[in-house]
Amino acid sequence: MAGIQRCKPFIVVLLLQIFISALSLSSVNGDGYTINGPVKIQSFGTKGFGHPGKLSNVKVILNGGQSVTFLRPDGYFSFHNVPAGTHLIEVDAIGYFFSPVRIDVSARNPGQIQAALTENRKGLTELVLEPLREEQYYEIREPFSIISVVKSPMGLMVGFMLIVVFLMPKLMENMDPEEMRQAQEQMRNQGVPSLASLLPGAARSN
Amino acid sequence: MAIRAFVLVLLFCSSLIPSFALYEDQVGLMDWHQQYIGKVKDAVFHTQKAGRKRVIVSTEENVVASLDLRHGQIFWRHVLGSNDAIDGIGIALGKFVITLSSGGVILRAWNLPDGQMVWETSLQGSGMSKSVLLIPKVGGDNLIFGLGKGCLYAVSAIDGEILWKRDMTAESLEIQQVIQAVDGDVLHVSGIIGSTQFGTYKVDAKNGELLEHNTADVPGGFSGEVIPVSRNTLVALDFTRTTLISIQSPDREIILEHTPISDFVGDSSGIAVILPTKLTGIFALKIETSVLFVRLTSEGKLEVAGKIKQPTVISDMLALSEGQQAVGIVQHEDGKIHFSVKLVHDWDNSLLKERIVMDHQRGLIDKVFINNYIRTDRSHGFRALIVMEDHSLILVQQGEIVWCREDGLASVIDVTTSELPVEKDGVSVAKVEHSLFEWLKGHLLKIKGTLMLASAEDLVAIQDLRLKSSEKSKLIRDHNGFRKLLIVLTRAGKLFALHTGDGRIVWSLLLASLRKTEACERPTGLNLYQWQVPHHHAMDENPSVLIVGKCSSSSDSLGVISFVDTYTGKELNSLNLLHSVAQVIQLPFTDSTEQRLHLIIDTDKRGHLYPRTPEAREIIQRELSNLYWYSVDTESSVIRGHVFKSNCISEATNEYCFTSRDLWSVVFPSESEKIIATVTRKVNEVVHTQAKVIADQDVMYKYISKNLLFVATAAPKVSGEIGSVMPEEAWLVVYIIDTVTGRILHRMTHHGSQGPVHAVFSENWVVYHYFNLRAHRYEMSVIEIYDQSRADNKDVLKLVLGKHNLTSPISSYSRPEVVTKSQSYFFSHSVKAMAVTLTAKGITSKHLLIGTIGDQRYLDPRRSLNPSQAEKEEGVIPLTDSLPIIPQSYVTHALKVEGLRGIVTIPAKLESTTLVFAHGVDLFFTRIAPSRTYDSLTEDFSYALLLITIVALVAAIFVTWILSEKKELRDKWSCL
Repeated sequence: MAGIQRCKPFIVVLLLQIFISALSLSSVNGDGYTINGPVKIQSFGTKGFGHPGKLSNVKVILNGGQSVTFLRPDGYFSFHNVPAGTHLIEVDAIGYFFSPVRIDVSARNPGQIQAALTENRKGLTELVLEPLREEQYYEIREPFSIISVVKSPMGLMVGFMLIVVFLMPKLMENMDPEEMRQAQEQMRNQGVPSLASLLPGAARSN
Repeated sequence: MAIRAFVLVLLFCSSLIPSFALYEDQVGLMDWHQQYIGKVKDAVFHTQKAGRKRVIVSTEENVVASLDLRHGQIFWRHVLGSNDAIDGIGIALGKFVITLSSGGVILRAWNLPDGQMVWETSLQGSGMSKSVLLIPKVGGDNLIFGLGKGCLYAVSAIDGEILWKRDMTAESLEIQQVIQAVDGDVLHVSGIIGSTQFGTYKVDAKNGELLEHNTADVPGGFSGEVIPVSRNTLVALDFTRTTLISIQSPDREIILEHTPISDFVGDSSGIAVILPTKLTGIFALKIETSVLFVRLTSEGKLEVAGKIKQPTVISDMLALSEGQQAVGIVQHEDGKIHFSVKLVHDWDNSLLKERIVMDHQRGLIDKVFINNYIRTDRSHGFRALIVMEDHSLILVQQGEIVWCREDGLASVIDVTTSELPVEKDGVSVAKVEHSLFEWLKGHLLKIKGTLMLASAEDLVAIQDLRLKSSEKSKLIRDHNGFRKLLIVLTRAGKLFALHTGDGRIVWSLLLASLRKTEACERPTGLNLYQWQVPHHHAMDENPSVLIVGKCSSSSDSLGVISFVDTYTGKELNSLNLLHSVAQVIQLPFTDSTEQRLHLIIDTDKRGHLYPRTPEAREIIQRELSNLYWYSVDTESSVIRGHVFKSNCISEATNEYCFTSRDLWSVVFPSESEKIIATVTRKVNEVVHTQAKVIADQDVMYKYISKNLLFVATAAPKVSGEIGSVMPEEAWLVVYIIDTVTGRILHRMTHHGSQGPVHAVFSENWVVYHYFNLRAHRYEMSVIEIYDQSRADNKDVLKLVLGKHNLTSPISSYSRPEVVTKSQSYFFSHSVKAMAVTLTAKGITSKHLLIGTIGDQRYLDPRRSLNPSQAEKEEGVIPLTDSLPIIPQSYVTHALKVEGLRGIVTIPAKLESTTLVFAHGVDLFFTRIAPSRTYDSLTEDFSYALLLITIVALVAAIFVTWILSEKKELRDKWSCL
C-alpha cells in the first residue's frame, strides 16, 4: 500500500489538543487488559446544563461492535478484558465527528498501550478522545431579506419589468428629439413589423 | 439583453447549491422515525415516590429503557452491544437501575431519572453458570450480589466497587439459585452437583466467607429446574416427572421428601412441568393444558390450592404493604383476557377480577408483570404490564388498556412494498381541505411564514400544518408514487402494513401459519415476496404477498407458506409444505392473474413450483432448460451452479417438483479461504444506459448481466474480531463469478485485510467495505466491469453502416471480454448495512446508502468512487485518499436508527426519487432525490413568491395600460 504517498491530511483539526504527559493507560486484569480513558467534548462544558441527556447518549465502540460501552458522568469509558493486539475504538456521538483510534495493546510490556488517530495518523500520548469537528446535519436557512427576494428569479423578473416600464420611458424622454424623429421615420419606412417580416424568408424577400 | 443573461447565470448558480441536505424545519416532512425497544424480558416498576411513575424494562434486543407508565413513551433508552444480552435488572438505592449483562460479566448502574451511566464493573469469572442479579430489599449495606461465570460477587451499589468475590467453580456446583436469608446476613446458594447430588452453601453476605456446606444424594436425579418455594424449601421434579421432590434445608441437613403427582390429580397421565415462577409459599405445576397451584403448608407438606384449565400466565410475587404476598394470574379466553390477583394464603378469593377485551391479532399472553398502587379508599389497585405473543407491550389498569406499544416492530425480518388502491369515485379529494376558510387560513399562514412576518405561535402552527398534511397520509395511490404500504414481517410472525406517509399501522396480522402448533414446534418467518402485483389484466384483484417460513431453525425442517392480501390484511391461504426451504427463487414469469411464479428449492436441491396451477406448470415447462440457479455452501466453501433436469419421480405431487443437476462448481481452498459474503444485483434494478462517457469523450460499455455474483473470501483464521491476527496472516479475496457458467470474471486479493465485508452490487459495479489491518482503517473498494467486445462500436461510420454488434444479444454462454477497473479509498466509519438507491427508470445517478456503526445513515455520491482519471482532471472531485463525509448528507440527519439491521430502497414513480426504509430497533423512512428533484418542484419552492410576482405583473399591466390610455388621450387632445 502506498500509504505514505497517499497520506494527505485533509481534515481541519478544530478541537484536537495533544497532551504531552504520558500516563499508564491500562491495567492487567486476569487474561485481558483494560483500556480506559476519557472522552472530552469541550462544548458540553460550555453548553452546560442545557443538554443534560447528551453525555449519556455517547457510545464507545470497540472493534466495530465487539463491545459497546457508555460514558460515566466524568466522561471516562473503559473496556475490560481486552486481549493484547491491535484494536480500533470508535466514538459515536450525535453532532460530533470522532476519528477512530488505533490502540496497540502490548503483550510484552503489560499495561503499555499506544494510541493513534487513524484519520490523520497522529499519535496520542494519552488516550483522550476528542472530536475532530462538530457536525451540522442541517442546512442553515438564510433569513429573509429583500436582497434574496430581488435575487431570486421571480424578483429579477419583476425588477426587469419595472425597469422596462418605468425606466425606458424616462430614457425615451431624455433622448434627443432629433434622433427620436429619425428613429420614428425609420420605423415608418419599415412599416408595421408583422409576423411575416420577422421570418427570415420574408425578410430576404424585402 | 444583459439583464436576461444575468438572470440565466443566477438560475444556474442557484441550481448548484449542494444536493440533498435538509433544513431543520423540514424534519418530519418526508421522513418519520419510530423508536422501539423489542420484546420485554423483564420489568421493574418504580412507582413508590411521587412524581413520574415509570417502569424499567430489559428486552431481547439488549435494550434497557425507562418507560412512562402513563403513556408508554420512552424516557430514556440504551441499546447495548449485540452480544451484551441483559440477564437481570433491578433498582438499587431507589435511584439507580442496575443491569447485569453479557452472561454475568458486566454490571452497570444507570441513573434512574436521565439514564446516565453511573458506574460500570466487570466481573471476571472463569466457569460457567447461570447469571443472577440479587438486589436485597433489606439491609443498609447497599450491597448488590451478582452471580456470573461461576463466581459470586458483592458489589457496592454506590460506586460499583467489588467488595468480595467467591469462586464457586471449585465445588463443581451448577448453581440454580441464590437467596438471601431474612436477616440479610446470609446468602443461601443452592444447586446441583453432577446430576444426582444436591448441594447448598451458606455464604456470609458481609465478607463472602463460606459458612456451611451440605450435600444430599438424589437417586435418579432431577429433570428440569429447581424452584425455590420458600426461604429454605425448594421443589423439583424427579427424572420420571411423576414425583415432586421437596428439598428442605432448615439447618445443617437436607431433608428430601417425595410426593407423587398422582396425589394431587388422581391419575396423572400427562407430563408435568414446574413453571419457572418466583413465588413464595406456592408454585405452579403444568400438567397438559391445566395449571395446578401447589401450596406449601406450614408443616412443610404440599397441598393443592387451585386449578385452572386454560392456558395461564403467572406473574412474579408482589409483596403488599401488610406483608401479604399477591400473585397476578392472566388467562386467555376467546378474545378476552381475565386478569385476577390472588393472595397466597387466601387462594380461594381474588383481590381483583377484571375482564379485558383484547385484539385477537395480539395472540396469547407471554408474560405478565404486576404492580400495585393505593387507591383513594386505601384499598389496593393493581396494574399489569402484559407482553403478548406478537411482542407488543400493554399496560392494563382498572379493566382497561391504558397504552400499548407495538414492540414487535423492533425485530423486522423482511420488508416488501405494496401499492395502494387507485383513487375511486367514492373517495373524494375535496375531503382533504376541510373548508375554503381553513384552506385560505393555511395559505395565509404560509405566506406569513415565507415573508418572515409570522410570530412564534404562527410558526408552530405552520409546522403542524406541514407535518400533519393529510395529503401524505391518504390511503390511495398518488401520482408520484410516494404513498405505498410497507409490508413488514417481524420475528414474532406478525405482519404489519405501515403507511409510508406517516408510518402508522394500517393493518396487522398475526400469521396463523407461523404460530406454534403440534406439527410445527418453533416456526420462524424467513422472507416476504410480492406474490401478486396486479396491473394489466387483473386490475380488480388485490395485491398479495407470499410469506415463507419454516418450522424450526434446523435446515431440513419443513416449510410453511402463507398468502396475505395487502389491502385487507387477511390471510388468503396457507400451506404446510411437505419439503424443506433452502432458497426461494422468484421467476420473471407471471400467470394470467399476475401471480408471480416462485420456485422453492429444498435441501435435496429439488425445486417446487408455486402457484400449483396447470397454467404455471405450462409456463415453467417451456422455460425449464433456461433456468439456472446457484447455491452457496459456506461450510465447505463451495459455490455450485445448477440446472433443472426433469420432474421428480418419488414425490406424490411430482408435476410441480423438479430435480436439478450440478452444472459447475467453484471450490475455494478451505485451508486458505472461507466465504464471508456473497452479493448479487437486485432483481428489480433498471439500468438506463449501457454506455458511460468518460471525460476524454471516450465511451465505455458497461458489462451488465443479471447473473453476476460477488463473492468475498477471507483467511479462515481472521473470522474473528479486529486485532486477533497480524496483518501478514490476513487476506481478503474478492471474486466476480458468472452464475450461469461458473466463470470467474475477476479476482483480486487484498493483502492484510479482513472482514466483515459489506457489499453492494449494482449495474456494472460493486462497492465493498472491509478492514485494512495494515493501515488499521476501514477501506472501501469499487470494481467496475466493462465490456471490451463492444469497445469498437465507437466509430460512427461503422454504426451507420450497421457493422456493429450492439444488437447481438448478451448471453452468458458467450465468453465475455471484460475489463475491470478498481480503486480503493479509506473510509472512517464501520459499516452495519449498505444499500444503493433505486429509481424507476435508472436514469438518476446512484447513491450508496451506508449504515454506519453509529447507526446513522450516510449518503455518498458514488460518482466520487468512480476510478476515472478524467474526473480528477476535470477537478470535479478533489483527489483524496479517503472518502470525506459531509454531515449534511446523513439521510437520518440528527436521528439514529439504533441497532440497524437493514436498509431497503424502493423506487418511486417519480424518476428522481427513491424511498428509503431502514429497520433495526428503530424504524426510519424517508425519500431522497440523489440528483435533486429535477423533475418536480422542491418542497420549499416558494409558491407565495410566484403568486406575488404574477399579481405584480398583472397589476403592472393594468397600470401601464391605464397610463398609456391616458397618454394617448393627452396626445390626441394636444394634436387638436
